[in-house]
Amino acid sequence: MEKRVTFNERWLPYLLVAPQIVITLVFFFWPSGQAIWQSLLIEDAFGGNSKFVWFDNFINLFNDDSYYSSARVTVVFSFLVAAIGLGLSLFLAVMADRVIRGATAYKTFLIWPYAVAPAVAGVLWGFLFNPSVGIVAWMLQAIGIEFNYVINGNQALLLVVIASVWNQISYNFLFFLAGLQSIPKSLIEAAAIDGAGPGRRFWDIIFPLLSPVGFFLLVVNIIYAFFGTFGVVASLTQGGPANATEILVFKVYNDGFRGQDLGGSSAQSVILMIVVILLTFVQFRFIERRVHY
Amino acid sequence: MVENRPLLTLLSHFVMLIGVIVIAFPVWMTFVASTHDQQTMLQSPIPLLPGRYLFDNYMQVLTQGFGRGFGGAPLWVTLMNSTIMALGVAIGKIAISIISAFAIVYFRFPFRMWFFWAIFITLMLPVEVRIVPTYGVVASLGMLDSYSGLIIPLIASATATFLFRQFFLSVPDELTEAARVDGASPMRFFWDILLPMSRTSIAALFVIQFIYGWNQYLWPLLITTKADFYTVVMTVSRQANVVDSVPSWNLLMAMAMLAMVPPVLVVIFMQRLFVRGLVETEK
Repeated sequence: MEKRVTFNERWLPYLLVAPQIVITLVFFFWPSGQAIWQSLLIEDAFGGNSKFVWFDNFINLFNDDSYYSSARVTVVFSFLVAAIGLGLSLFLAVMADRVIRGATAYKTFLIWPYAVAPAVAGVLWGFLFNPSVGIVAWMLQAIGIEFNYVINGNQALLLVVIASVWNQISYNFLFFLAGLQSIPKSLIEAAAIDGAGPGRRFWDIIFPLLSPVGFFLLVVNIIYAFFGTFGVVASLTQGGPANATEILVFKVYNDGFRGQDLGGSSAQSVILMIVVILLTFVQFRFIERRVHY
Repeated sequence: MVENRPLLTLLSHFVMLIGVIVIAFPVWMTFVASTHDQQTMLQSPIPLLPGRYLFDNYMQVLTQGFGRGFGGAPLWVTLMNSTIMALGVAIGKIAISIISAFAIVYFRFPFRMWFFWAIFITLMLPVEVRIVPTYGVVASLGMLDSYSGLIIPLIASATATFLFRQFFLSVPDELTEAARVDGASPMRFFWDILLPMSRTSIAALFVIQFIYGWNQYLWPLLITTKADFYTVVMTVSRQANVVDSVPSWNLLMAMAMLAMVPPVLVVIFMQRLFVRGLVETEK
Protein backbone atom coordinates (compact mmCIF):
# COMPACT_ATOMS: atom_id res chain seq x y z
CA MET A 1 0.00 0.00 0.00
CA GLU A 2 1.30 3.45 -0.90
CA LYS A 3 0.31 7.03 -0.24
CA ARG A 4 -1.07 8.99 -3.16
CA VAL A 5 -0.09 12.35 -1.71
CA THR A 6 3.54 12.80 -0.71
CA PHE A 7 5.95 15.61 0.00
CA ASN A 8 8.80 16.61 -2.25
CA GLU A 9 11.98 17.09 -0.33
CA ARG A 10 15.45 16.10 -1.31
CA TRP A 11 17.35 15.61 1.92
CA LEU A 12 14.75 15.59 4.66
CA PRO A 13 13.68 11.93 4.28
CA TYR A 14 17.28 10.75 4.59
CA LEU A 15 17.67 12.80 7.74
CA LEU A 16 14.52 11.22 9.16
CA VAL A 17 15.51 7.61 8.54
CA ALA A 18 19.13 8.22 9.52
CA PRO A 19 18.90 7.54 13.29
CA GLN A 20 17.20 4.21 12.86
CA ILE A 21 19.36 3.14 9.95
CA VAL A 22 22.58 4.06 11.73
CA ILE A 23 21.59 2.16 14.88
CA THR A 24 20.47 -0.81 12.80
CA LEU A 25 23.75 -0.87 10.88
CA VAL A 26 25.95 -0.55 13.96
CA PHE A 27 24.11 -2.81 16.37
CA PHE A 28 22.46 -5.20 13.99
CA PHE A 29 24.18 -5.68 10.65
CA TRP A 30 27.70 -5.29 11.92
CA PRO A 31 27.35 -7.85 14.77
CA SER A 32 25.36 -10.25 12.60
CA GLY A 33 28.04 -10.04 9.92
CA GLN A 34 30.67 -10.63 12.56
CA ALA A 35 28.80 -13.67 13.85
CA ILE A 36 28.83 -15.13 10.36
CA TRP A 37 32.51 -14.25 9.84
CA GLN A 38 33.56 -15.56 13.27
CA SER A 39 31.74 -18.81 12.68
CA LEU A 40 34.33 -19.47 9.97
CA LEU A 41 37.32 -18.76 12.21
CA ILE A 42 39.08 -20.63 14.99
CA GLU A 43 40.68 -18.47 17.62
CA ASP A 44 43.48 -20.00 19.64
CA ALA A 45 42.93 -20.20 23.36
CA PHE A 46 45.20 -17.31 24.25
CA GLY A 47 43.45 -14.86 21.94
CA GLY A 48 45.05 -12.85 19.22
CA ASN A 49 45.62 -15.40 16.51
CA SER A 50 42.71 -16.61 14.50
CA LYS A 51 42.70 -18.91 11.53
CA PHE A 52 40.20 -19.14 8.71
CA VAL A 53 38.86 -22.69 8.76
CA TRP A 54 35.85 -22.64 6.42
CA PHE A 55 33.08 -24.73 7.92
CA ASP A 56 35.11 -26.59 10.54
CA ASN A 57 33.15 -24.99 13.38
CA PHE A 58 29.89 -26.25 11.91
CA ILE A 59 31.35 -29.69 11.25
CA ASN A 60 32.60 -29.85 14.84
CA LEU A 61 29.18 -28.82 16.04
CA PHE A 62 27.45 -31.53 14.05
CA ASN A 63 29.87 -34.10 15.45
CA ASP A 64 29.34 -32.89 18.98
CA ASP A 65 27.01 -34.96 21.15
CA SER A 66 26.48 -32.09 23.55
CA TYR A 67 25.04 -30.00 20.71
CA TYR A 68 22.56 -32.72 19.81
CA SER A 69 21.57 -33.14 23.43
CA SER A 70 21.04 -29.38 23.73
CA ALA A 71 18.94 -29.44 20.55
CA ARG A 72 16.90 -32.31 21.95
CA VAL A 73 16.33 -30.45 25.22
CA THR A 74 15.23 -27.39 23.24
CA VAL A 75 12.73 -29.35 21.17
CA VAL A 76 11.21 -31.14 24.18
CA PHE A 77 11.16 -27.89 26.14
CA SER A 78 9.53 -25.86 23.35
CA PHE A 79 6.96 -28.55 22.72
CA LEU A 80 6.00 -28.67 26.39
CA VAL A 81 5.90 -24.89 26.79
CA ALA A 82 3.75 -24.44 23.68
CA ALA A 83 1.42 -27.39 24.36
CA ILE A 84 0.82 -26.75 28.06
CA GLY A 85 0.75 -22.97 27.65
CA LEU A 86 -1.74 -23.00 24.78
CA GLY A 87 -3.90 -25.72 26.33
CA LEU A 88 -4.21 -24.02 29.70
CA SER A 89 -4.79 -20.53 28.35
CA LEU A 90 -7.39 -21.73 25.85
CA PHE A 91 -9.19 -23.51 28.66
CA LEU A 92 -9.12 -20.40 30.84
CA ALA A 93 -10.18 -18.16 27.95
CA VAL A 94 -13.19 -20.39 27.17
CA MET A 95 -14.20 -20.28 30.81
CA ALA A 96 -13.76 -16.50 30.99
CA ASP A 97 -15.78 -16.10 27.80
CA ARG A 98 -18.64 -18.10 29.35
CA VAL A 99 -19.08 -15.95 32.41
CA ILE A 100 -20.52 -12.56 31.66
CA ARG A 101 -20.34 -11.12 35.12
CA GLY A 102 -16.77 -10.81 36.33
CA ALA A 103 -15.04 -11.51 33.02
CA THR A 104 -13.19 -8.18 33.15
CA ALA A 105 -12.09 -8.78 36.72
CA TYR A 106 -10.72 -12.20 35.82
CA LYS A 107 -8.92 -10.64 32.89
CA THR A 108 -7.18 -8.16 35.19
CA PHE A 109 -6.12 -10.98 37.47
CA LEU A 110 -4.71 -13.02 34.61
CA ILE A 111 -2.80 -10.49 32.54
CA TRP A 112 -0.23 -9.27 35.05
CA PRO A 113 2.25 -12.21 34.88
CA TYR A 114 3.21 -10.80 31.47
CA ALA A 115 4.81 -7.87 33.28
CA VAL A 116 7.08 -10.06 35.40
CA ALA A 117 10.55 -10.42 33.90
CA PRO A 118 11.40 -14.02 32.87
CA ALA A 119 14.46 -13.83 35.12
CA VAL A 120 12.30 -12.84 38.09
CA ALA A 121 9.72 -15.52 37.23
CA GLY A 122 12.56 -18.04 37.47
CA VAL A 123 13.43 -16.72 40.94
CA LEU A 124 9.82 -17.00 42.16
CA TRP A 125 9.36 -20.58 41.01
CA GLY A 126 12.80 -21.55 42.23
CA PHE A 127 11.76 -20.33 45.66
CA LEU A 128 8.52 -22.34 45.66
CA PHE A 129 10.35 -25.52 44.71
CA ASN A 130 13.57 -24.93 46.61
CA PRO A 131 14.59 -28.26 48.17
CA SER A 132 15.28 -26.79 51.61
CA VAL A 133 12.69 -24.00 52.07
CA GLY A 134 10.27 -24.30 49.14
CA ILE A 135 6.67 -24.65 50.24
CA VAL A 136 5.60 -26.71 47.23
CA ALA A 137 8.63 -28.98 47.54
CA TRP A 138 7.65 -29.45 51.19
CA MET A 139 4.05 -30.32 50.28
CA LEU A 140 5.24 -32.78 47.66
CA GLN A 141 7.48 -34.40 50.22
CA ALA A 142 4.54 -34.68 52.60
CA ILE A 143 2.72 -36.81 50.03
CA GLY A 144 5.83 -38.84 49.33
CA ILE A 145 7.28 -37.18 46.22
CA GLU A 146 10.94 -36.29 46.43
CA PHE A 147 11.30 -33.10 44.39
CA ASN A 148 14.81 -31.75 44.04
CA TYR A 149 15.35 -29.80 40.86
CA VAL A 150 18.94 -29.03 41.85
CA ILE A 151 20.03 -32.62 41.26
CA ASN A 152 17.24 -34.18 39.17
CA GLY A 153 17.44 -33.23 35.49
CA ASN A 154 13.87 -34.12 34.52
CA GLN A 155 12.43 -32.24 37.46
CA ALA A 156 14.60 -29.25 36.60
CA LEU A 157 13.27 -29.27 33.05
CA LEU A 158 9.71 -29.57 34.35
CA LEU A 159 10.23 -26.59 36.64
CA VAL A 160 11.67 -24.46 33.84
CA VAL A 161 8.62 -25.39 31.73
CA ILE A 162 6.22 -24.42 34.54
CA ALA A 163 7.90 -21.06 35.13
CA SER A 164 7.99 -20.30 31.38
CA VAL A 165 4.34 -21.24 30.88
CA TRP A 166 3.32 -19.09 33.84
CA ASN A 167 5.17 -16.14 32.36
CA GLN A 168 3.57 -16.49 28.95
CA ILE A 169 0.02 -17.44 29.96
CA SER A 170 -1.35 -13.88 30.00
CA TYR A 171 -0.29 -13.28 26.44
CA ASN A 172 -1.94 -16.46 25.17
CA PHE A 173 -5.02 -15.84 27.27
CA LEU A 174 -5.52 -12.31 25.91
CA PHE A 175 -5.29 -13.41 22.30
CA PHE A 176 -7.55 -16.42 22.79
CA LEU A 177 -10.12 -14.31 24.64
CA ALA A 178 -10.07 -11.68 21.88
CA GLY A 179 -10.49 -14.46 19.32
CA LEU A 180 -13.42 -15.96 21.22
CA GLN A 181 -15.15 -12.63 21.60
CA SER A 182 -14.89 -11.93 17.90
CA ILE A 183 -16.85 -15.07 16.98
CA PRO A 184 -20.35 -13.95 15.95
CA LYS A 185 -22.88 -14.86 18.63
CA SER A 186 -25.44 -15.66 15.92
CA LEU A 187 -23.42 -18.72 14.82
CA ILE A 188 -23.42 -20.10 18.34
CA GLU A 189 -27.10 -19.34 18.81
CA ALA A 190 -27.96 -21.06 15.54
CA ALA A 191 -26.06 -24.16 16.66
CA ALA A 192 -27.79 -24.06 20.02
CA ILE A 193 -31.20 -23.89 18.35
CA ASP A 194 -30.22 -26.92 16.30
CA GLY A 195 -29.63 -28.69 19.58
CA ALA A 196 -25.84 -28.67 19.88
CA GLY A 197 -24.64 -28.65 23.49
CA PRO A 198 -21.73 -26.57 24.80
CA GLY A 199 -19.15 -29.30 24.11
CA ARG A 200 -20.34 -29.91 20.57
CA ARG A 201 -20.47 -26.17 19.89
CA PHE A 202 -16.91 -25.81 21.10
CA TRP A 203 -15.39 -28.51 18.93
CA ASP A 204 -17.48 -27.96 15.80
CA ILE A 205 -17.73 -24.18 15.70
CA ILE A 206 -15.52 -22.34 18.14
CA PHE A 207 -12.39 -24.45 17.80
CA PRO A 208 -12.14 -24.27 13.99
CA LEU A 209 -12.85 -20.54 14.00
CA LEU A 210 -10.16 -20.08 16.61
CA SER A 211 -7.52 -22.03 14.73
CA PRO A 212 -5.92 -18.99 13.00
CA VAL A 213 -5.32 -17.38 16.40
CA GLY A 214 -4.11 -20.72 17.71
CA PHE A 215 -1.62 -21.11 14.90
CA PHE A 216 -0.32 -17.60 15.34
CA LEU A 217 0.12 -18.23 19.06
CA LEU A 218 1.87 -21.51 18.36
CA VAL A 219 4.58 -19.74 16.37
CA VAL A 220 4.87 -16.96 18.96
CA ASN A 221 5.19 -19.54 21.74
CA ILE A 222 7.85 -21.51 19.93
CA ILE A 223 9.87 -18.34 19.37
CA TYR A 224 9.33 -17.47 23.02
CA ALA A 225 10.47 -20.91 24.19
CA PHE A 226 13.56 -20.75 21.96
CA PHE A 227 14.74 -17.28 22.95
CA GLY A 228 12.52 -15.53 25.46
CA THR A 229 13.10 -18.07 28.21
CA PHE A 230 16.79 -17.32 28.58
CA GLY A 231 16.15 -15.42 31.82
CA VAL A 232 14.10 -18.26 33.31
CA VAL A 233 16.89 -20.76 32.71
CA ALA A 234 19.58 -18.37 33.90
CA SER A 235 17.80 -17.73 37.20
CA LEU A 236 16.65 -21.26 37.87
CA THR A 237 19.22 -23.77 36.70
CA GLN A 238 22.01 -22.14 34.67
CA GLY A 239 21.48 -24.97 32.20
CA GLY A 240 22.10 -27.68 34.79
CA PRO A 241 22.01 -30.18 36.37
CA ALA A 242 24.32 -31.97 33.93
CA ASN A 243 23.05 -29.81 31.03
CA ALA A 244 19.50 -31.13 31.42
CA THR A 245 18.05 -27.65 30.87
CA GLU A 246 20.68 -26.21 28.56
CA ILE A 247 18.55 -24.92 25.71
CA LEU A 248 20.31 -23.81 22.53
CA VAL A 249 20.28 -20.09 23.24
CA PHE A 250 21.78 -20.74 26.66
CA LYS A 251 24.49 -22.87 25.10
CA VAL A 252 25.44 -19.98 22.80
CA TYR A 253 25.97 -17.87 25.90
CA ASN A 254 27.71 -20.62 27.87
CA ASP A 255 30.14 -21.53 25.11
CA GLY A 256 30.79 -17.94 24.06
CA PHE A 257 31.15 -16.17 27.40
CA ARG A 258 32.12 -18.88 29.82
CA GLY A 259 33.91 -21.29 27.49
CA GLN A 260 35.46 -18.51 25.38
CA ASP A 261 34.85 -20.65 22.28
CA LEU A 262 33.99 -17.77 19.97
CA GLY A 263 34.01 -19.75 16.73
CA GLY A 264 31.75 -22.49 18.06
CA SER A 265 29.42 -20.03 19.73
CA SER A 266 29.15 -17.94 16.56
CA ALA A 267 28.40 -21.03 14.50
CA GLN A 268 25.56 -21.78 16.91
CA SER A 269 24.35 -18.18 16.60
CA VAL A 270 24.26 -18.54 12.83
CA ILE A 271 22.20 -21.73 13.07
CA LEU A 272 19.78 -20.04 15.47
CA MET A 273 19.48 -17.05 13.12
CA ILE A 274 18.41 -19.43 10.37
CA VAL A 275 15.84 -20.99 12.70
CA VAL A 276 14.33 -17.59 13.60
CA ILE A 277 14.24 -16.49 9.97
CA LEU A 278 12.37 -19.67 9.03
CA LEU A 279 9.92 -19.25 11.91
CA THR A 280 9.33 -15.60 11.00
CA PHE A 281 8.60 -16.54 7.41
CA VAL A 282 6.10 -19.15 8.53
CA GLN A 283 4.44 -16.53 10.68
CA PHE A 284 4.31 -13.93 7.93
CA ARG A 285 2.93 -16.29 5.35
CA PHE A 286 0.20 -17.12 7.78
CA ILE A 287 -0.59 -13.48 8.54
CA GLU A 288 -0.80 -12.73 4.82
CA ARG A 289 -3.39 -15.45 4.55
CA ARG A 290 -5.30 -14.30 7.59
CA VAL A 291 -5.85 -10.95 5.90
CA HIS A 292 -7.94 -12.63 3.21
CA TYR A 293 -10.36 -14.20 5.66
CA MET B 1 -25.34 -16.20 26.80
CA VAL B 2 -26.97 -18.67 24.51
CA GLU B 3 -28.82 -20.65 27.09
CA ASN B 4 -29.05 -20.57 30.80
CA ARG B 5 -27.11 -23.32 32.52
CA PRO B 6 -26.47 -22.11 36.06
CA LEU B 7 -24.43 -25.16 36.95
CA LEU B 8 -22.04 -24.68 34.05
CA THR B 9 -21.68 -20.98 34.82
CA LEU B 10 -20.92 -21.82 38.42
CA LEU B 11 -18.32 -24.31 37.25
CA SER B 12 -16.74 -21.67 35.02
CA HIS B 13 -16.50 -19.25 37.93
CA PHE B 14 -14.98 -21.97 40.04
CA VAL B 15 -12.37 -22.84 37.42
CA MET B 16 -11.47 -19.19 36.89
CA LEU B 17 -11.11 -18.69 40.62
CA ILE B 18 -8.75 -21.66 40.88
CA GLY B 19 -6.80 -20.35 37.90
CA VAL B 20 -6.44 -16.90 39.41
CA ILE B 21 -5.32 -18.34 42.75
CA VAL B 22 -2.77 -20.73 41.24
CA ILE B 23 -1.35 -17.97 39.06
CA ALA B 24 -1.11 -15.53 41.98
CA PHE B 25 0.31 -18.09 44.41
CA PRO B 26 4.04 -17.62 43.58
CA VAL B 27 3.70 -13.88 44.09
CA TRP B 28 1.78 -14.34 47.34
CA MET B 29 4.53 -16.59 48.70
CA THR B 30 7.15 -14.08 47.58
CA PHE B 31 5.33 -11.33 49.41
CA VAL B 32 4.94 -13.47 52.55
CA ALA B 33 8.63 -14.38 52.51
CA SER B 34 9.58 -10.72 52.24
CA THR B 35 7.80 -9.92 55.51
CA HIS B 36 9.55 -12.39 57.83
CA ASP B 37 12.98 -12.42 59.40
CA GLN B 38 15.77 -14.65 58.19
CA GLN B 39 15.35 -17.21 60.99
CA THR B 40 11.69 -17.89 60.20
CA MET B 41 12.47 -18.38 56.54
CA LEU B 42 14.92 -21.17 57.26
CA GLN B 43 12.47 -23.40 59.13
CA SER B 44 10.51 -25.72 56.92
CA PRO B 45 7.58 -25.43 56.39
CA ILE B 46 7.74 -21.70 55.91
CA PRO B 47 4.69 -19.65 56.97
CA LEU B 48 1.82 -18.95 54.59
CA LEU B 49 0.83 -15.64 56.14
CA PRO B 50 2.74 -12.34 56.32
CA GLY B 51 4.97 -11.51 59.28
CA ARG B 52 6.08 -8.31 61.00
CA TYR B 53 9.34 -7.51 59.23
CA LEU B 54 8.03 -5.92 56.06
CA PHE B 55 9.41 -2.48 56.79
CA ASP B 56 12.80 -3.71 58.05
CA ASN B 57 13.43 -5.97 55.07
CA TYR B 58 12.47 -3.43 52.44
CA MET B 59 14.45 -0.69 54.14
CA GLN B 60 17.50 -2.89 54.24
CA VAL B 61 17.45 -3.94 50.59
CA LEU B 62 16.65 -0.44 49.42
CA THR B 63 19.44 1.25 51.32
CA GLN B 64 22.11 -1.46 51.67
CA GLY B 65 21.26 -4.15 49.18
CA PHE B 66 21.72 -7.78 50.05
CA GLY B 67 24.17 -6.97 52.81
CA ARG B 68 27.75 -5.93 53.06
CA GLY B 69 30.43 -7.92 51.30
CA PHE B 70 28.33 -9.44 48.54
CA GLY B 71 29.23 -6.95 45.86
CA GLY B 72 25.62 -5.89 45.43
CA ALA B 73 24.33 -2.38 45.08
CA PRO B 74 21.65 -0.80 47.27
CA LEU B 75 18.42 -1.53 45.51
CA TRP B 76 17.38 2.08 45.10
CA VAL B 77 20.33 2.50 42.73
CA THR B 78 19.34 -0.49 40.64
CA LEU B 79 15.70 0.64 40.60
CA MET B 80 16.80 4.03 39.35
CA ASN B 81 18.96 2.41 36.66
CA SER B 82 16.07 0.21 35.56
CA THR B 83 13.80 3.24 35.35
CA ILE B 84 16.35 5.13 33.25
CA MET B 85 16.86 2.13 31.00
CA ALA B 86 13.13 1.41 30.58
CA LEU B 87 12.28 5.06 29.86
CA GLY B 88 15.26 5.38 27.53
CA VAL B 89 14.34 2.29 25.55
CA ALA B 90 10.66 3.22 25.31
CA ILE B 91 11.18 6.86 24.36
CA GLY B 92 14.14 6.13 22.08
CA LYS B 93 12.32 3.42 20.19
CA ILE B 94 9.23 5.53 19.69
CA ALA B 95 11.23 8.59 18.61
CA ILE B 96 13.41 6.94 15.99
CA SER B 97 10.60 4.70 14.70
CA ILE B 98 8.02 7.40 14.26
CA ILE B 99 10.29 9.64 12.18
CA SER B 100 11.55 6.80 10.01
CA ALA B 101 7.99 5.60 9.43
CA PHE B 102 7.06 9.19 8.52
CA ALA B 103 9.88 9.30 5.97
CA ILE B 104 9.00 5.95 4.45
CA VAL B 105 5.28 6.67 4.14
CA TYR B 106 5.24 10.36 3.18
CA PHE B 107 8.24 10.72 0.88
CA ARG B 108 9.47 9.17 -2.33
CA PHE B 109 13.23 8.97 -2.47
CA PRO B 110 15.93 6.71 -3.91
CA PHE B 111 16.69 3.65 -1.78
CA ARG B 112 13.44 4.04 0.11
CA MET B 113 12.64 0.34 -0.17
CA TRP B 114 16.21 -0.55 0.76
CA PHE B 115 15.79 1.28 4.02
CA PHE B 116 12.44 -0.36 4.54
CA TRP B 117 13.89 -3.85 4.14
CA ALA B 118 16.92 -3.08 6.26
CA ILE B 119 14.57 -2.19 9.11
CA PHE B 120 12.28 -5.12 8.36
CA ILE B 121 15.09 -7.66 8.74
CA THR B 122 15.78 -6.60 12.33
CA LEU B 123 12.38 -8.02 13.19
CA MET B 124 13.86 -11.45 12.85
CA LEU B 125 16.81 -11.60 15.18
CA PRO B 126 16.33 -11.17 18.91
CA VAL B 127 19.28 -9.88 20.92
CA GLU B 128 19.80 -13.30 22.48
CA VAL B 129 20.85 -14.79 19.15
CA ARG B 130 23.69 -12.40 18.46
CA ILE B 131 24.86 -11.59 21.96
CA VAL B 132 28.55 -12.38 21.59
CA PRO B 133 29.29 -10.16 18.55
CA THR B 134 26.96 -7.38 19.74
CA TYR B 135 28.87 -7.36 22.99
CA GLY B 136 32.08 -7.03 20.97
CA VAL B 137 30.73 -4.06 19.03
CA VAL B 138 29.55 -2.26 22.15
CA ALA B 139 32.88 -2.94 23.86
CA SER B 140 34.87 -1.57 20.94
CA LEU B 141 32.75 1.57 20.94
CA GLY B 142 33.62 2.06 24.62
CA MET B 143 29.99 1.84 25.69
CA LEU B 144 30.36 -0.77 28.45
CA ASP B 145 29.15 0.43 31.85
CA SER B 146 27.15 3.35 30.53
CA TYR B 147 23.50 4.23 30.08
CA SER B 148 23.98 4.67 26.34
CA GLY B 149 25.32 1.11 26.18
CA LEU B 150 22.29 -0.16 28.08
CA ILE B 151 19.79 1.70 25.93
CA ILE B 152 20.94 2.39 22.37
CA PRO B 153 21.59 -1.16 21.13
CA LEU B 154 18.04 -2.11 22.12
CA ILE B 155 16.15 0.72 20.45
CA ALA B 156 16.41 -0.40 16.85
CA SER B 157 13.15 -2.20 16.32
CA ALA B 158 11.04 -2.98 13.34
CA THR B 159 7.82 -3.55 15.28
CA ALA B 160 7.43 0.08 16.28
CA THR B 161 8.24 1.31 12.77
CA PHE B 162 5.65 -1.04 11.33
CA LEU B 163 3.04 0.02 13.81
CA PHE B 164 3.47 3.68 12.86
CA ARG B 165 3.67 2.88 9.17
CA GLN B 166 0.38 0.99 9.43
CA PHE B 167 -1.20 3.90 11.26
CA PHE B 168 0.09 6.57 8.87
CA LEU B 169 -1.23 4.63 5.89
CA SER B 170 -4.69 4.79 7.46
CA VAL B 171 -4.56 8.59 7.83
CA PRO B 172 -6.74 10.17 5.09
CA ASP B 173 -4.85 11.78 2.19
CA GLU B 174 -7.17 14.78 2.37
CA LEU B 175 -5.40 15.92 5.51
CA THR B 176 -2.05 15.92 3.74
CA GLU B 177 -3.52 17.73 0.76
CA ALA B 178 -5.11 20.36 2.97
CA ALA B 179 -1.84 20.89 4.77
CA ARG B 180 0.02 21.28 1.51
CA VAL B 181 -2.53 23.71 0.10
CA ASP B 182 -2.15 25.78 3.24
CA GLY B 183 1.58 25.80 2.65
CA ALA B 184 2.62 23.70 5.66
CA SER B 185 6.08 22.23 5.52
CA PRO B 186 6.44 18.45 6.00
CA MET B 187 7.73 18.87 9.54
CA ARG B 188 4.89 21.25 10.36
CA PHE B 189 2.43 18.63 9.11
CA PHE B 190 4.20 16.02 11.23
CA TRP B 191 4.16 18.07 14.44
CA ASP B 192 0.73 19.65 14.17
CA ILE B 193 -1.32 16.92 12.54
CA LEU B 194 0.33 13.50 12.51
CA LEU B 195 1.80 13.50 16.00
CA PRO B 196 -1.39 14.53 17.81
CA MET B 197 -3.32 11.90 15.84
CA SER B 198 -0.85 9.17 16.87
CA ARG B 199 -1.29 9.85 20.59
CA THR B 200 -3.01 6.57 21.48
CA SER B 201 -0.63 4.46 19.42
CA ILE B 202 2.31 6.15 21.07
CA ALA B 203 0.89 5.58 24.54
CA ALA B 204 0.13 1.91 23.84
CA LEU B 205 3.59 1.34 22.45
CA PHE B 206 5.12 3.13 25.38
CA VAL B 207 3.52 0.73 27.87
CA ILE B 208 4.78 -2.33 25.99
CA GLN B 209 8.28 -0.97 25.48
CA PHE B 210 8.61 0.23 29.06
CA ILE B 211 7.98 -3.33 30.25
CA TYR B 212 10.36 -4.68 27.61
CA GLY B 213 13.11 -2.32 28.75
CA TRP B 214 12.53 -2.91 32.45
CA ASN B 215 12.58 -6.68 32.06
CA GLN B 216 15.80 -6.94 30.09
CA TYR B 217 18.12 -9.42 31.74
CA LEU B 218 20.88 -10.71 29.50
CA TRP B 219 21.92 -7.40 28.02
CA PRO B 220 22.55 -5.52 31.29
CA LEU B 221 24.19 -8.64 32.71
CA LEU B 222 26.75 -8.63 29.90
CA ILE B 223 27.65 -5.00 29.59
CA THR B 224 27.70 -3.85 33.21
CA THR B 225 30.57 -4.68 35.53
CA LYS B 226 30.18 -1.74 37.90
CA ALA B 227 27.48 -1.92 40.56
CA ASP B 228 26.53 1.68 39.70
CA PHE B 229 24.95 0.46 36.47
CA TYR B 230 23.28 -2.77 37.62
CA THR B 231 19.58 -3.05 36.88
CA VAL B 232 17.15 -4.53 39.36
CA VAL B 233 16.16 -7.63 37.37
CA MET B 234 19.73 -8.79 36.83
CA THR B 235 20.58 -8.09 40.48
CA VAL B 236 17.73 -10.28 41.70
CA SER B 237 18.68 -13.11 39.38
CA ARG B 238 22.36 -12.86 40.26
CA GLN B 239 21.56 -12.95 43.98
CA ALA B 240 19.22 -15.92 43.50
CA ASN B 241 22.08 -17.98 42.14
CA VAL B 242 24.06 -17.61 45.36
CA VAL B 243 21.18 -17.71 47.83
CA ASP B 244 22.04 -21.16 49.10
CA SER B 245 25.39 -19.98 50.40
CA VAL B 246 23.90 -16.85 52.00
CA PRO B 247 20.34 -17.89 52.81
CA SER B 248 18.61 -14.52 53.31
CA TRP B 249 15.43 -15.55 51.55
CA ASN B 250 13.51 -12.72 53.17
CA LEU B 251 15.80 -10.12 51.57
CA LEU B 252 15.95 -11.85 48.20
CA MET B 253 12.16 -12.00 48.03
CA ALA B 254 11.85 -8.34 49.03
CA MET B 255 14.14 -7.57 46.11
CA ALA B 256 12.06 -9.74 43.78
CA MET B 257 8.92 -7.87 44.87
CA LEU B 258 10.54 -4.52 44.14
CA ALA B 259 11.70 -5.79 40.74
CA MET B 260 8.21 -6.77 39.62
CA VAL B 261 5.96 -4.20 41.25
CA PRO B 262 6.63 -1.28 38.82
CA PRO B 263 5.88 -3.13 35.55
CA VAL B 264 2.94 -5.00 37.10
CA LEU B 265 1.40 -1.72 38.25
CA VAL B 266 1.89 -0.31 34.76
CA VAL B 267 0.01 -3.26 33.25
CA ILE B 268 -2.83 -3.15 35.76
CA PHE B 269 -3.42 0.59 35.69
CA MET B 270 -2.95 1.01 31.96
CA GLN B 271 -4.71 -2.20 31.06
CA ARG B 272 -6.54 -0.83 28.06
CA LEU B 273 -3.41 0.69 26.51
CA PHE B 274 -1.44 -2.43 27.33
CA VAL B 275 -3.87 -4.78 25.59
CA ARG B 276 -4.07 -2.44 22.63
CA GLY B 277 -0.31 -2.22 22.36
CA LEU B 278 0.09 -5.97 22.60
CA VAL B 279 -2.43 -6.63 19.84
CA GLU B 280 -1.19 -3.83 17.58
CA THR B 281 2.48 -4.71 17.74
CA GLU B 282 1.63 -8.22 16.58
CA LYS B 283 -0.18 -7.17 13.43
